[in-house]
Amino acid sequence: MTETSITFPPPPADTLSDLRAEVRDFLATALANRKPRDRARTWTGFDADFSAQMGERGWIGMTWPKRYGGHERSALERYVVLEEMLAAGAPVAAHWIADRQSGPLLLKAGTEEQRQAILPRIAAGQCFFCIGMSEPDSGSDLAAARTRATPVEGGFRVNGTKLWTTYGHKSHYMILFCRTGAADDRHGGTSQLLVDLSTPGITIRPIADLSGEHHFNEVVFEDVFLPSSAVIGALGDGWNQVMGELAFERSGPERFLSSFILLVEAVRALGQSPSVAAQAAVGRLTGQIVTLRRLSRSVAGLLQRGENPALQAALVKDQGALLEQEIPEVVRTILAVEPSLRSPVDLSNVLAHIVLAAPCFSLRGGTREILRGIIARGLGLR
Amino acid sequence: MSDIDQIVVETAARLFADDVTPQLRNAAEAGSWPQALWEAVADLGLPEALVPEQAGGYGLDPLVALAVVRTAARFAVPLPLAETLWANRLLAAAGLSRPSGPVTFFAPATSAPSVDPLQITRSADGWRLVGHAPRVPWGAQADVVVVADSADGPMIARVPAGRATVTAGDNLAAEPRDDLAFDLVLPADSVAPAPRLALSLQEAGAALRAIQMAGALERVLELSVRYASERVQFGRPIGKFQAVQQNLAILAGQTAAAGGAADLAAEALAEDLDPLPIAIAKARTGEAASSACAIAHQVHGAIGFTHEHELHHFTRRLWAWRDEYGNDTHWNARVGAAVTAAGADGLWPLITAA
Repeated sequence: MTETSITFPPPPADTLSDLRAEVRDFLATALANRKPRDRARTWTGFDADFSAQMGERGWIGMTWPKRYGGHERSALERYVVLEEMLAAGAPVAAHWIADRQSGPLLLKAGTEEQRQAILPRIAAGQCFFCIGMSEPDSGSDLAAARTRATPVEGGFRVNGTKLWTTYGHKSHYMILFCRTGAADDRHGGTSQLLVDLSTPGITIRPIADLSGEHHFNEVVFEDVFLPSSAVIGALGDGWNQVMGELAFERSGPERFLSSFILLVEAVRALGQSPSVAAQAAVGRLTGQIVTLRRLSRSVAGLLQRGENPALQAALVKDQGALLEQEIPEVVRTILAVEPSLRSPVDLSNVLAHIVLAAPCFSLRGGTREILRGIIARGLGLR
Repeated sequence: MSDIDQIVVETAARLFADDVTPQLRNAAEAGSWPQALWEAVADLGLPEALVPEQAGGYGLDPLVALAVVRTAARFAVPLPLAETLWANRLLAAAGLSRPSGPVTFFAPATSAPSVDPLQITRSADGWRLVGHAPRVPWGAQADVVVVADSADGPMIARVPAGRATVTAGDNLAAEPRDDLAFDLVLPADSVAPAPRLALSLQEAGAALRAIQMAGALERVLELSVRYASERVQFGRPIGKFQAVQQNLAILAGQTAAAGGAADLAAEALAEDLDPLPIAIAKARTGEAASSACAIAHQVHGAIGFTHEHELHHFTRRLWAWRDEYGNDTHWNARVGAAVTAAGADGLWPLITAA
């Protein structure tokens, strides 16, 4: 028989109620005046002061070694902090990328100099990163990237354009995925470089999203000189580094909680005597969140044990995006509300934000089609 | 799971793989009781798998016993195994004796009032049980555990097979679902005050069906992936077409979600029948069943629509089980009621506690 079973072992027991309570206490105060419309932004809400407060609490770089400013806590403790932040709609965008992927990459593949210079600042909530992967002609097909770092005396000269660079305009550094080898070596000819965004020759231009907000940027490199010390890991390791990080990027609570604040506001608007149909609709979405959270925590347990659950992570992200995109559609069927970004009514405002953000949920971090291709490969179909 | 636990599940799987043939399933559907298979299952001690050690059981981890239930569904085993495991658990909790044969239980629907609810009263020579129990799984072939109201509070009773008046019925998979009418006297030693576990029969039934649906879905995924890898059209296996791959990825996602939800139900069933995770599990597995069966039949094409192919043994069970012990909407509304009670600011704490 074809072996197609996909195992999600029971997640580690939740023995972290003290930590959870500590985070909830902190958020109750820190976010006391944060309106639902702002909470709805969750991990796209940028607030450098809030990130610094989290750094002071020891909630960034939680799993990293203490010698790099980390706190040597478990991946599951980190998971608790993350999900509490997201469920409360805390503005975590400033440090999010650095905490989730840039820091771990430097920890794994960076030079000692890079680690010492940067990791403690990330953990303090004072150093922000953006991702330099997508390009005008390279989206899902990452290996088609054309930005090139050409060797020169003492380093590289970089030319090219990166696109959809979230918070590039507010970040200190970018991890740049670029070509350093032969043009026909799609995977082996790529590397990742650490880029200080204040380097001359870098131009950052805003791109407004559907709601008119500025998160995205186009980042243009024109004869930008980077020192040899900017290389992360070995030259030619870019593709493997990126692939190795995907399970971390795809299975976290941010992959099913993007619309959670809308569900909270819908429950508030329904009040104490909703119709049975509305109650069933809300109950269904709640059950879906509980189920996905279990799968996501199961993946966190696998990651903690050093496994690489890329298939399970793709399943969580695919199911999570479906749920995140369905929540606004369900809310529309159970509550009469017109969405408006200018409305003084919280529900209207939050619904507007989520409707306009929802298309992105199945694009960022791997499109739905790419994820399903990964799942099909995991099933042995390709 | 320990090595011993793993061996229990694997031994059961081997028995089912060897003995549960399409011929046996078809014969069971036609109404013949698979006695040899039952004896093989009983020889492994499976009917007693949920009975605690202090009550004479084997001391198996309840989660392992429930993994056997899931495995049995993966092979569409045409026996009341889930029902027997739980009924014996209830009998043990009540201190009543357990039969060597199959036992089922009757769970009154909580969504609609029963027309002729079960009543039990003391009589000179024991207890007199009257009332009507619709759609009891294997109600004609198995002893039946019932809970009935009495002047002394709810009582649990075991009615030996053959004592009730039976109107035979079935579900979409032709599993027996019999209407039983009771008007009989039971000896005093087959009746006892209902233990707490016996007061949540619909929750227990829902949890068992959720676990079974997860098992059947695993097989539906396996069959679909295998068929897509073997069936050649336009010069290549249909699983090489992206449209088919994308649908199978959705099927895998639904199967994974159902598996996670069923684990929630198993943990609740193994502990104290917390209704919230059971409600979530029954609704989520039911929804997964609907989506998965549609995709599986689409992938299998015409051959999957025949009685000759084995797919229907799993899809017909899934279509039946999703509506037994409360459908998706019933349980989603239960979850929704809990959310309403918790309020907007209590929603997240409810989720993290589930």
